[in-house]
Amino acid sequence: MNDTSAKNLALSHMWVAFAAFIVACFMGEFQVLERSGLFESLTSISVYFASVSTHGVLMAFVLTTFFIMGFGYYTASNSLNVPIWNPKLAWTGFGIALTGVVMAAVPLLSGLASVLYTFYPPVQAHVAFYIGATLLVIGSWVWCVIMIVMFYQWKKDNPGKTVPLAMFATTANALLWLWTSAGVATEVLFQLIPLALGLMDTVDPGLARTLFAWTLHPIVYFWLIPAYTAFYVFVPKQAGSYLFSEEAARMAFIVLVVFALPIGFHHLYMDPEQAKGWKLLHGVGTFIVALPTLVTGFTVIASLEIAGRLRGGKGLFGWIGSLPWSNPMTLAVILSLVMLIFGGFGGIVNASYAMNAMIHNTAWVPGHFHLIFAGTTVIMYFAIAYYLWPILSKKPLASNSLALVQLWTWFIGMSIMTTPWHVLGLLGQPRRISSVQYNNLLTMSWEPYEILMILGGLILLISACLFFYILVKTQFGATTEIFAGEVEYAEPLHEVKDLPEYLNDFKLWNKVIAVLMLISFGVPILQFFFMDTYGSSAWGY
Amino acid sequence: MHIDPLEKKWVLISLGMVSLFISIIMVDALLHGVNAPSNVETIDSRKIHLSEEFAEDNLGVHIEENGDITVRMVAGRYAFFPKQIVLPAETKVTFRWVSMDVLHGVHMPMTNMSTMIVPGYVAQVESSFPRPGEYPILCNEYCGLGHDHMWSKAFVIDKEEWDASIAEQNTTSDTTADEESNNE
Ligand code: HEM
Ligand SMILES: [Cu+2]
Ligand SMILES: [Cu+2]
Repeated sequence: MNDTSAKNLALSHMWVAFAAFIVACFMGEFQVLERSGLFESLTSISVYFASVSTHGVLMAFVLTTFFIMGFGYYTASNSLNVPIWNPKLAWTGFGIALTGVVMAAVPLLSGLASVLYTFYPPVQAHVAFYIGATLLVIGSWVWCVIMIVMFYQWKKDNPGKTVPLAMFATTANALLWLWTSAGVATEVLFQLIPLALGLMDTVDPGLARTLFAWTLHPIVYFWLIPAYTAFYVFVPKQAGSYLFSEEAARMAFIVLVVFALPIGFHHLYMDPEQAKGWKLLHGVGTFIVALPTLVTGFTVIASLEIAGRLRGGKGLFGWIGSLPWSNPMTLAVILSLVMLIFGGFGGIVNASYAMNAMIHNTAWVPGHFHLIFAGTTVIMYFAIAYYLWPILSKKPLASNSLALVQLWTWFIGMSIMTTPWHVLGLLGQPRRISSVQYNNLLTMSWEPYEILMILGGLILLISACLFFYILVKTQFGATTEIFAGEVEYAEPLHEVKDLPEYLNDFKLWNKVIAVLMLISFGVPILQFFFMDTYGSSAWGY
Repeated sequence: MHIDPLEKKWVLISLGMVSLFISIIMVDALLHGVNAPSNVETIDSRKIHLSEEFAEDNLGVHIEENGDITVRMVAGRYAFFPKQIVLPAETKVTFRWVSMDVLHGVHMPMTNMSTMIVPGYVAQVESSFPRPGEYPILCNEYCGLGHDHMWSKAFVIDKEEWDASIAEQNTTSDTTADEESNNE
């Protein structure tokens, strides 16, 4: 099959993603340096907050969305063995999303949108920022539609057959993202843009936070699903083994998608505008959504154990040593799981309702999400890139050993940076500050941790540059060698037979989501129209 | 469909762990009243200064008729007003926070006094401070370029010391007591 169109789509999207990533990494290191207060010449509050706003938007929205779209296009075409449905539409979506990024980048970089990536009203940014963000989301909806159409077309053409797991997961993510983005889209279209254009005088920040919380939890699963997809469909094969259970994988994706959505109020535990009953309900759901991650951990580790034993590993833990550590995908998954274990522990603290008071909005929170997002998730983005780049560019990976160094340094840098960050949080340091101004004994104990963070950040920055270099060298380096490899999907240990339709389709689950969303967000959103609420007018910053 | 018996066991163990966590939270919330701050009470943030409860004279630490302690605080760029308060240790304190402008958050390190302060809503938290000392009151949500500078202070004093000072205040005239609490 001629899949040039899918390859070009994948490469273009991923280059946008990684360009955003490398720029944002430089900003990240600037931030840890500036925050520490050790470098007088760097100190600038307005540059700092323009930088964090841009860093947050580039990492959380641009890197992720573009990576997911690019990976999705290639996965759809490759795993289903069909060309992209309507490539013109796909390129239009790419254009819309990219225009949005540029449109948001201008005010961000010029300090006209220093509202951080969460842009909570009534602090207001330049309207171009909101419109740019909206275009990015609209571009991503185009991708969602193409994924869903390709899923159902394939099913129609292959009645009774099981949709390949890679495509099942990708479509699950497309569906998840449509539901997820509805919350923030409503906030931006009906509150923030009208306010910024002066069409409305006030907005209710309580309603805005509720709508944003709708998006804020499931969006992290949108980012995570490509990593889990690689865990299931690439890792076992790369490690030389089989997928322990494909059925369990499908169930994990479904529970992830269904339960990621109705639980956003764990971001509002400390908020006054929602009552405790709703917070508890969302809290229960938050623990339920830990289940698919526990199952994923088990299935992946079981698949790895088979690999280790097939390679001659013996004893309770001996198989770990005999894994192919020099295979980038295998190394990445091991490091990713280690970060997931620590990050997951932190996540349970965050999720634990009243216990959240201890760490809410402290430095613990960026510590936590750098570990689990920039760590667990992004290290798998690297592994996927190393795996796909030779296939997409038809040239061998520039250097396997450099790739291994890069993965190790990312892991080490992340450990060095996020451990003190967690400690700072427990010592009470707020997140999102550009310097420590509090004249208090306690705050003096924070200093040594800031220095460690600078070191961790520096290692991360070097690692990020190495990553970028390897990709450039692979695709554009002078080599006459042609890489003829293809994607190899992991085979399940037990052949998938008699798969029930609910593990091969989303119609039922879409209805379940609709019901759960109605239960968990219906009254909490409607209450704003029944209470006597008071709007806030816009503020600069 | 094939699910390995070992995987089934793991799912049961996982369910057990998750249920345990949920049960602990539920028992604490429903039986011991350990909850997140959630009173859902609205207020017009643009008219805080005209409201009776949060009028300037009424801010700070108040001892209610029944002896309970209520602290009323206004968050505004860039401080929490009043900027210094004195509180007794080992005593239940009810904080009522409002914002006069944008979104803020507040916490006092090493305590469970934490809440978001959303404009348009009154955030109410109960806490008590086992140990005397000086506690910073920090803004923990980005609220503008002066966010770093947004903080105030609480002095938590020994319960005996507090009781003694209350007794002393009661013997002097009402007006001087009022002035004193304003100067804190
Ligand atoms: C070179 C590596 C990095 C360094 C040194 C770094 C550093 C920082 C710093 C200092 C902040 C400010 C946090 C605060 O005060 O609340 C920040 C924010 C943020 N970082 Fe990173 N970071 C790095 C990489 C990443 C990566 C790879 C991601 C995700 C893919 C990421 C995602 C974010 C996000 C979303 C925020 C915004 C947080 C907020 O607005 O509160 N960072 N980063
Ligand atoms: Cu969440
Ligand atoms: Cu602030």
